[in-house]
Amino acid sequence: MLTLISRRMMLVIPNLIGVVIITFLLTRALPGDPAAYFAGPAADKQAIEQIRVKLGLDKPLIVQFGRYVADLGHLNLGNSLTTGQPVLTEIKNRLPASAELTLFGLILSMSIAVPLGILAAVKQGSWIDHTCRVVATAGVSLPVFFTGLLLVYVFYFLLGWSPAPLGRLDVFFSPPPQITGFYLVDSLLNRDLSTFRAALSQLLLPGLTLCIFSLAPITRMTRASMLAVLASDFVRTASASGLDSRTVILTYAFRNAMLPVVTTLGMVFSFLLGANVLVEKVFAWPGIGSYAVEALIASDFAPVQGFVLAMAILYVLLNLIIDVLYGIIDPRVRLET
Amino acid sequence: MKRRDFLKSASALAASTAVSAPAVFSPAKAQSRQETLLIVSESGPNNLDIHGVGTNVPGYEVSWNCYDRLISHEMKTGSNGQPYYDKNKFKPELAEDMNIGDMSVTFKLKKKATFQDGTPVTAKDVKWSLDRAVSVGGFPTFQMGAGSLTKPEQFVAVDDNTFRVDFARKDRLTVPDLAVIVPCVVNSELVKKHATEKDPWGMEFTKQNTAGSGAYKVASWVAGTEVVLERNDAWMGGPLPKTKKIIWRMVPSAGNRRALLERGDADISYDLPNKDFVELKQDGKLTIVSTPYSNGIQYIGMNVKNPPFDNIKVRQAVAYAIPYQKIMDAVLFGLAKPLFGAVPDAPTEVAWPQPHKYNTDIAKAKALMAEAGYPNGFDTTLSFDLGFAGVNEPLCVLTQESLAQIGIRTTINKVPGANWRTELNKKTLPLYTNVFSGWLDYPEYFFIWCYHGKNSIFNTMSYQSKTTDDFIDGAVNAAATGDNATYDMDVKGFVDTAYADMPRVPLYQPYVNVAMQKNVSGYAYWFHRRLDYRTLAKG
Repeated sequence: MLTLISRRMMLVIPNLIGVVIITFLLTRALPGDPAAYFAGPAADKQAIEQIRVKLGLDKPLIVQFGRYVADLGHLNLGNSLTTGQPVLTEIKNRLPASAELTLFGLILSMSIAVPLGILAAVKQGSWIDHTCRVVATAGVSLPVFFTGLLLVYVFYFLLGWSPAPLGRLDVFFSPPPQITGFYLVDSLLNRDLSTFRAALSQLLLPGLTLCIFSLAPITRMTRASMLAVLASDFVRTASASGLDSRTVILTYAFRNAMLPVVTTLGMVFSFLLGANVLVEKVFAWPGIGSYAVEALIASDFAPVQGFVLAMAILYVLLNLIIDVLYGIIDPRVRLET
Repeated sequence: MKRRDFLKSASALAASTAVSAPAVFSPAKAQSRQETLLIVSESGPNNLDIHGVGTNVPGYEVSWNCYDRLISHEMKTGSNGQPYYDKNKFKPELAEDMNIGDMSVTFKLKKKATFQDGTPVTAKDVKWSLDRAVSVGGFPTFQMGAGSLTKPEQFVAVDDNTFRVDFARKDRLTVPDLAVIVPCVVNSELVKKHATEKDPWGMEFTKQNTAGSGAYKVASWVAGTEVVLERNDAWMGGPLPKTKKIIWRMVPSAGNRRALLERGDADISYDLPNKDFVELKQDGKLTIVSTPYSNGIQYIGMNVKNPPFDNIKVRQAVAYAIPYQKIMDAVLFGLAKPLFGAVPDAPTEVAWPQPHKYNTDIAKAKALMAEAGYPNGFDTTLSFDLGFAGVNEPLCVLTQESLAQIGIRTTINKVPGANWRTELNKKTLPLYTNVFSGWLDYPEYFFIWCYHGKNSIFNTMSYQSKTTDDFIDGAVNAAATGDNATYDMDVKGFVDTAYADMPRVPLYQPYVNVAMQKNVSGYAYWFHRRLDYRTLAKG
């Protein structure tokens, strides 16, 4: 296992170097002049030039790159111009918000999608199978901002069950002292049940939105891989030996069907983390996706570079975890390495 | 798993989702809510200091409420019956007395005034702050320059309580320019402690912290999420504000901002689409105040340096082909002040903005196109800033449709917000729509920037006219010397020339729309168009 991890780590380095170079060049290739943007509406040419010098954008590209890499070495990702804060602090503050939301949505989604997928495979062609198909198709075809707005409209505006969509906590709650950055976890660690409830109630609607969206890939993948496994010899043998269907399906079939499901989960997680921008916008969620998009709109280089870098590192870690999980689920993978 | 078990667990999950949502407020929180104002807006500040590099407009709002200036404006009742700043009447803020001489103005500072950390405000602080404003470059220095305030030598601390500004030249904008947001007074001793060799003005510190004597101080700021401001009970600049705490949350989705207002959870919001404001107004559950931008205009500009818009007849044809009323109705839902279709014999007024006499008249436009030598029209592009696509896009589509009727075939060019100023500053866009507005509400101020031949960046049309320049210069001199007759003549002169030559076609004055709960009072319109928390009250 350790050799596996260290070997994967070695592969990461060239990846990251590539990411650093490409993000740097891509952000510079964006249309738009940050100096003109941040000089404000009333700035003349001279004022724009002053800003450009202050931002170091008057230097040749290679010098800017050198400075960027040197800063990276000191773990300095630069300053965001749109929010005025160091990028590293912003990512540190915002990543847990996005991660908490995504994880919550994913767990919610898994708890619905996996049973639904198994059931659809076992009762192939039944009404459950069709329901599963309809739910999955509907979920993936509704754009997230639409589901989000619809949920807000129904549960907040019409029914008043849900609290105001104002981010992670109601305005009159203060966030729990930061331990993990996950409000649910931190408030429980502090035995602060009212904050926990407040955080949970804020999390429900956006979590549900993400859940609806990610139902499709997980259900479909579970169903497909279950179907393949259910048709295989060892399942037939198990059933023929008189094991009850629960043991056959959950212990023998599902365990073998889990590999592709875990892969999909990993992909869905990383995809949601970066792509839930719209959910973050709708629910005023202070996450990393909306941060990156706002920066992009303003040609604000540093956060975009920091975001891509953070995402790259996250992907690498995620893949590593999935590889390790493979080994745990399926001993054959372990033997091959 | 049996089918029935699964269904049971699934419905249990659904039920728990619905039930666990709690009531929004507990009674204990109702009290603090009464003394707190919740403001929701699309974006928040990126810097708490208006002298900072690239401070955005929400940052101006923080500066306005957390810092004092020497002087401010009195209030009057605006044309819509709401409080409106009086551009001609000044009131002391940090100063207790202002004495305007021939070539200088002298202020006596309030003796009791202190900064939020308790140190007294002295003339030294005022000098340091104004020196800072003219030295840091960028927008603050530009704005100071607009009032002929350019050099630190102009600012003199006579003694601890007396401060003098020497005029560089006679300019009627100098004193008004001391009442805008930029010349705010900063706690110099506190900021100097945080200054470094690389950052002599302590800008890194003031970016994150407010160091003023103003009515509010920033208690916490999470960029892009929330700003919390608390009242400074020792404020000397005016009567103590009624609201103890301001919570300003960023809610990017306009639909949600409206929902928050309608549900009564948010107290004030001001950047909603026009359609929402119209509907909210009809509903009548909220107070909606609409005020036209002072000295601000949305216009269609034409590049007069290059053909075909170098031809005055083509420009007039465009002015006759714009679907003014359709834009007012379908794009703005009536929430703007029209600047077109003045009655033909209406006299030109000594005022700006004022309506021109063009109306949508396709036949006349076609005739002008033929006279100009373009009977078959031509192809061009119509550009707009995507950052304000909500208004700009439908406006441009309507204009495109209408121009096609007189043979001007346009391709719409959507420019991303970050790129808009760069594109505009190149002065090569043939046809575009844009907004200009000035803090200082004087006709000649608008014309110096937008029409004068010295070709500032706001003269986006590259318009050059000796006649106009003479009128503008004449008006500036007449204003400085107080020669009203010449001033009136010159203002009428440059307005008439601008409307005859038509390098840009004014469409309307946009409205600042503010929606608030019925129990919120004290909203006032300011030249900067942001909120002044000091007069706002609840209940």
